[in-house]
Amino acid sequence: MSSYNKQAAGVPSLSRGRRRFAVIAGLFLLLIAAFLVSTGVGSMYISPLDVLKTLLGIGQDTHEVVILQLRVPRMLTAVLVGTALAVSGAILQGIIRNPLASPDLVGITGGASVAAVSFLLYGVGTMSIHWLPLFAISGAVISAALMYVLAWKDGVSPLRMVLIGIGLATAASAITSVLLISGPVQQAARALSWMTGSVYGTGWKDVRMLLPWVGLGLPLSALLARHLNLYALGDELATGTGSRVQLYRFLALGLSVMLAGAAAAVSGAVAFVGLMAPHLGRQLVGPRYGTLIPASAMIGAILVLVSDAIARTAFHPVEIPAGVITSAIGAPFFIILLFWASRRR
Amino acid sequence: MSGYLRTPKLKALGLVLAAVLMLLGLAASVFLGFARIHPRDALDAYLAFNGSNEHLIIRTARVPRALIATAVGASLAVAGALMQAFTRNPLASPSLFGINSGAAFALVVVSALWSLDSLTTVAWASYAGAALAAVMVYALGSIGRDGMTPIKVTLAGSAMTALFSSLTSGVLLVNGRSFDQVLGWLVGSVANRTLDTLLLVLPYIAGSLLAAFAMAGSVNLLSMGDEVARGLGGRTALIRAAMAVIVVLLAGASVAIAGPIAFVGIVIPHLSRALVGPDHRWLLPMCALLGANLLLFADTGARFILPGKETPVGVVTALIGIPFLIAVARRQKHE
Repeated sequence: MSSYNKQAAGVPSLSRGRRRFAVIAGLFLLLIAAFLVSTGVGSMYISPLDVLKTLLGIGQDTHEVVILQLRVPRMLTAVLVGTALAVSGAILQGIIRNPLASPDLVGITGGASVAAVSFLLYGVGTMSIHWLPLFAISGAVISAALMYVLAWKDGVSPLRMVLIGIGLATAASAITSVLLISGPVQQAARALSWMTGSVYGTGWKDVRMLLPWVGLGLPLSALLARHLNLYALGDELATGTGSRVQLYRFLALGLSVMLAGAAAAVSGAVAFVGLMAPHLGRQLVGPRYGTLIPASAMIGAILVLVSDAIARTAFHPVEIPAGVITSAIGAPFFIILLFWASRRR
Repeated sequence: MSGYLRTPKLKALGLVLAAVLMLLGLAASVFLGFARIHPRDALDAYLAFNGSNEHLIIRTARVPRALIATAVGASLAVAGALMQAFTRNPLASPSLFGINSGAAFALVVVSALWSLDSLTTVAWASYAGAALAAVMVYALGSIGRDGMTPIKVTLAGSAMTALFSSLTSGVLLVNGRSFDQVLGWLVGSVANRTLDTLLLVLPYIAGSLLAAFAMAGSVNLLSMGDEVARGLGGRTALIRAAMAVIVVLLAGASVAIAGPIAFVGIVIPHLSRALVGPDHRWLLPMCALLGANLLLFADTGARFILPGKETPVGVVTALIGIPFLIAVARRQKHE
């Protein structure tokens, strides 16, 4: 992926900087609009204006319960999940130096699923639900560590890491299936929906659960942005410019895994967001992480918001998991991506 | 690179031993399990059927299960070996390249739209899904100037698997009918299948296997590279087309009977290659025998993992397959 490296080394110009600012501001407005519209759609339609009024405290009482107790927490969860997955994917692509990597394709989300499903099936009776993120994140950490260790052979090659990651993802889904089949039958439908990735039935408790991880992860990733920029140049150059490559790579991987694990704990495996958002971001604001991270975060949030809105309305009155929509959008996207990657070579 | 069994005599002996082992596996699959079966009863069930519970178990559960495991194991292993020759990618297999999940998706869609009362519909839906996935992964993996690189085609397969499996659960959740039944089937299992499904696809499986064995020499030509093959008089396009049809028929039939079972198509070809070397005239029959063995023994062993419950054999093969996959991935050259 030589063009990928060259792009990252590009010198920013003033006009580009202004353009980036405009793009980020535009994304922010788009995110607000997506939030208002998707809060309004569902079994009871409420216009974006009424949503805004209710949020400002001047709306109708009938809307208040639906919006504040049901819709808004779910939408906030979608925003946080999208943000976490997108930033996780952006960081992972930087570390692996492969634009095709993402936490779900290389099994990090799968590891989180194994831990979370076993917790949901066997731990909930004895432990508080608040331990769920910790379990999911531990699962994500274990599979990421396995991937890294197993791919190590005189250094880690991107190809080996991806192949082993795909294998781990398959193993994780097999283990999850065993857990599902050996556990209580009546929870299987809920668990399947969860595994496909859905923000169905999330509430304020989920927002409270996810907020600290994302709130901590975003500033940390901003701190790491400089080092992530350097990785694009290759290990040797990065070391030459004084970056402690191994240490910061380790920290960045940890951050990526933490974000993916936290998102999976709440929503399950919403596929392809971690792959799509950073790519769209790179097209819009370029490869430098200082602007790429906020841009990807907002794109990820918009993707999950819109996918969830489609998932709620497309087959009304039945809801499908948002993950089905993100896959349906993501797979063709991935095809285009492969096409670009091979043409640029 | 010629395997442990070097001479033709040793290779033939290896095939015979694998066949004997397969017969043992068949016996174990029929006799062992929650209800122990006496060999005498197994014979009586067919020769002197008296309608007892034991005889019913043998005729409707144990024997179909053993035969299905044999057919599915052989099909998946040979399909994997052909795919690896076709793409010259050691990781190619029906499960990693999305063909199994494509067939599963088609089956679930058909069951949601109409019903799966007709077994013929089951088989055709499965073939269509397998073919669709094969074409998509092949097209995706070969896009671009540098052709089918291992990483591109593998990622394409993994993306297609992700797409099909989430679409599958989407259809299941929208439809909601016979949910737990389908869920068990989606993991890949040879339990609780009727003999009718097997008999329906058996002609295709047998025909495809025989065709694969018959064209083993041409497959050898192809694995030397297209140019060499053409220079030696091979009609590469024709060989490839025939191989693709065989792979789709084998994988599609397996999914129709047993659901998507992972990793048989990658474990067995590598094991067989280590034994008899890369010559497909030996390799393909060995794959068929060892594939049947793997599923027979994995399925029989799986009956004892969770007491009182059935562990689907697809789970067992996935867990066996992981170390293999990692070993193969680690052996790949540094890019």
